[in-house]
Amino acid sequence: MNEELRGTIKTGLIAGVVTLSLGMIGILVAFNKRFIVTDAVTLADLLLFGMAVIAGYLGASSLKEHSMGRRLLHGGLAGMLAAVPTFLLILLTLVWEGIRDSFINVEPALVSLLTLDNENVVVGGILLIVVFGVLGLVGVGYAQLPVRFRRPISMSLAWTIGSGVMSDILIGILRPRMSNDTLRSLFGSTGLQPVPFVVLFVLLTAVFFWWQQGGQTRYQTLRQNFTPRQQKSSRRVSISLLVIFLLILPSLLGVYLSEIFNEIGRFVLMGLGLNIAIGLAGLLDLGYVTNFAVGAYIMALLTSSSQFGPENPWSFWLAVPICVVAAMFTGFILALPVLKMRGDYLAIATLGFGEIIRVLARSDALKPVIGGAQGILQIPAAQIGGFMAQVMGYILNPINNLLSRFELGILATNSNGDIVFGNPPQLYYLFILASLLMLFISRRLNNSRTGRRWMAIREDEDVAAAMGINTTNAKVLAFTLSAASGGLAGAIFAAKLGSIFPSSFELLISINVLALIIVGGLGSIPGVIVGAFALVGIPQLLSEFAEFRLLLYGIALIGMMLVRPEGLWPSEVHRREIHSHGEDETAVPVSVKP
Amino acid sequence: MPLLEVNDVHAYYGNIHALKGVSLTVEKGEIVTLIGGNGAGKTTTLRTITGLMKPRDGHVIFDNEDVSKYPAHAWVSRGIAMVPEGRGVFAKLSVEENLELGAFHRNDKENIKDDIEKSYEMFPRLGERRTQLAGTMSGGEQQMLAVTRALMSKPRLLLMDEPSMGLAPVLVDVIFEAIERINQEGMTVLLVEQNAHMALQIANRGYVLQTGQIVLTDKADVLQKDPTVQKAYLGIE
Ligand SMILES: Nc1ncnc2c1ncn2[C@@H]1O[C@H](COP(=O)(O)OP(=O)(O)OP(=O)(O)O)[C@@H](O)[C@H]1O
Ligand SMILES: [Mg+2]
Repeated sequence: MNEELRGTIKTGLIAGVVTLSLGMIGILVAFNKRFIVTDAVTLADLLLFGMAVIAGYLGASSLKEHSMGRRLLHGGLAGMLAAVPTFLLILLTLVWEGIRDSFINVEPALVSLLTLDNENVVVGGILLIVVFGVLGLVGVGYAQLPVRFRRPISMSLAWTIGSGVMSDILIGILRPRMSNDTLRSLFGSTGLQPVPFVVLFVLLTAVFFWWQQGGQTRYQTLRQNFTPRQQKSSRRVSISLLVIFLLILPSLLGVYLSEIFNEIGRFVLMGLGLNIAIGLAGLLDLGYVTNFAVGAYIMALLTSSSQFGPENPWSFWLAVPICVVAAMFTGFILALPVLKMRGDYLAIATLGFGEIIRVLARSDALKPVIGGAQGILQIPAAQIGGFMAQVMGYILNPINNLLSRFELGILATNSNGDIVFGNPPQLYYLFILASLLMLFISRRLNNSRTGRRWMAIREDEDVAAAMGINTTNAKVLAFTLSAASGGLAGAIFAAKLGSIFPSSFELLISINVLALIIVGGLGSIPGVIVGAFALVGIPQLLSEFAEFRLLLYGIALIGMMLVRPEGLWPSEVHRREIHSHGEDETAVPVSVKP
Repeated sequence: MPLLEVNDVHAYYGNIHALKGVSLTVEKGEIVTLIGGNGAGKTTTLRTITGLMKPRDGHVIFDNEDVSKYPAHAWVSRGIAMVPEGRGVFAKLSVEENLELGAFHRNDKENIKDDIEKSYEMFPRLGERRTQLAGTMSGGEQQMLAVTRALMSKPRLLLMDEPSMGLAPVLVDVIFEAIERINQEGMTVLLVEQNAHMALQIANRGYVLQTGQIVLTDKADVLQKDPTVQKAYLGIE
């Protein structure tokens, strides 16, 4: 057997085993309930048939030098092989009656999915192999396309499929603004209707094609020809538009999506904080939940009207700074014993702190003070009342009146004239304010003298010390400042939920925050936001994902490490660091003057 | 008044008496070299000057002020820079980023760019490699980078710990020429070396350190002719 054939067989079988695994762990059946194209294509179909296309694509593109015929042959073969492992599973169900006792997910729904709903499963299975073969040919055809077609098609396909998958969001946004009939002609209960799907795909392809064929360069030359004044005002216009957009966003999104945004906001806050320690100063802190817990508990202890709160509960606004300072103080205290540690040891020590906090929160000893496992209840929502609310009402109410004509709005006063951050769209303003504040601070820190010190320590602690950088101070400062944002997130979290329980402060939070930083790109501030959307937003949006959340986290992380280790939106230094590993090309100067 | 005065300094590592009453002075504009064999206490002397190490006895006076009065790590902002032993550069940062970090305590952002360009004029080889990762450069180039990075902090006194270590003779020449040039532009240099031959050629004065004690000091050209120095450090019998 020749080398190439063996490669193609391997590719096909790997794709097949992946498909088989997706089926055996239940993902295919779970995802088969969500349509991308209403009543036609589900997310499971996409995974299943997509695998065949990918197998064909890879099978063909591994042989560059050959004729079209050979390529089609290899692509088709890879596609067909991708259906073989699942076909064997189908045969197995025929001879092994009790297979479900051992493999709970091999249910009739899976079998009918893998046999294209055929009565006779053997015929259906063979049919699937044939279909996979054809799709493998499609993959070859796709690989044959010149890049200038392939790229716009891929982009447009991704966006169209994305719109189908995320149709919930679109429906949520469009429902108040459209008649039911129009809405129903565009969307089903899930997914885009076939006609709009195709129209969107064609339109987007055209747009991306135009953009690539000259639109982009035209746009860039247009911008280059701006006078400095024009540049300034165009910047100002885009920033104003962005601010307006952020202000009306919750009314656009509705309650459910606003809540998801708030969850993202909570993790952006924690991510920005942890990014200071890990991304900027290079201190691997695995106990970040500690700061979050301290912020939340201090907020609860200061403002709760239960027996755990003070006689005269504080207002949220007075308590927030205390929460932040308390978290910073905790960060400071925790920094002291671990300063001499590096890398792995530091990670383990901080991991321990995170667990200690959780155990303490649960402990009976502290139960009289912080409520033990029953937590602390009756934490009031943040609110603005009195004169301040009146003043804000004067400004907000007319704007809301105007915007309500378009089914939009911004921060609102209630019937008493107070501003209560109780429901998700109102809380959104708290999160966005806090996030913008922390974004601003992070950016300033990154570009500051302190930021340069951290960078030096992150790169090489010994060299930094020899340069006269006080590494001890810089590390303590990093821990302390990093904690602030976590404390803030915790404080808002407590006021948002109205009650807190130790179970909200588990190791998994630290891991989630760490994962989002890594996926976004270590040390990158926009990366934190992208990472939070990807790892917090998407699983919340797709309820099917909930069950597989950790699995998908794992896949996402492994995939990232393999394909894009620098993260989705990497910082410059980090990107280069990763790509210089073991690559000889960086050993030659990048720019040599002749 | 000398720029730097080390006065009867005693320093210990635990029980090891590493400096046994070292005294030396450096006048403004001079190149002074401190020569001595392995373990003589050269690096330790530099550490007490920067305040990285507190002497148990004696004083280090820089610019009329006792160094021990400085808060920890204040030496860079007081005007002392050090090229550490074994050329510590940030291996995974580019040449340019290394230089930027050399200016870590400065606030005058505009001038930093100009000073980086000046570094490239001093060592054109660095200018050619400004985007190259420092760790991938040759030993000599890394030493050039370490020197220019130290200068980025705009020091009044430059401490160098064995800049010739591990370099080919040609590169040693390049580095020492650069030190001379920096000195001609007004920089005061305290140069620690085992390569006594080269160091004494460019220095004004020299001190010979042996097991924590200064055993000899004189003008550099006199030391070059001194029989003990010739025997012990210049390999001349
Ligand atoms: N961290 C340390 N702990 C214990 N002893 C040390 C330490 N650093 C240096 N010493 C000892 O102090 C003495 C002086 O060391 P120092 O590093 O100053 O020598 P040096 O003149 O710089 O030598 P070299 O030319 O080899 O760099 C040596 O005996 C050394 O073993
Ligand atoms: Mg030494």
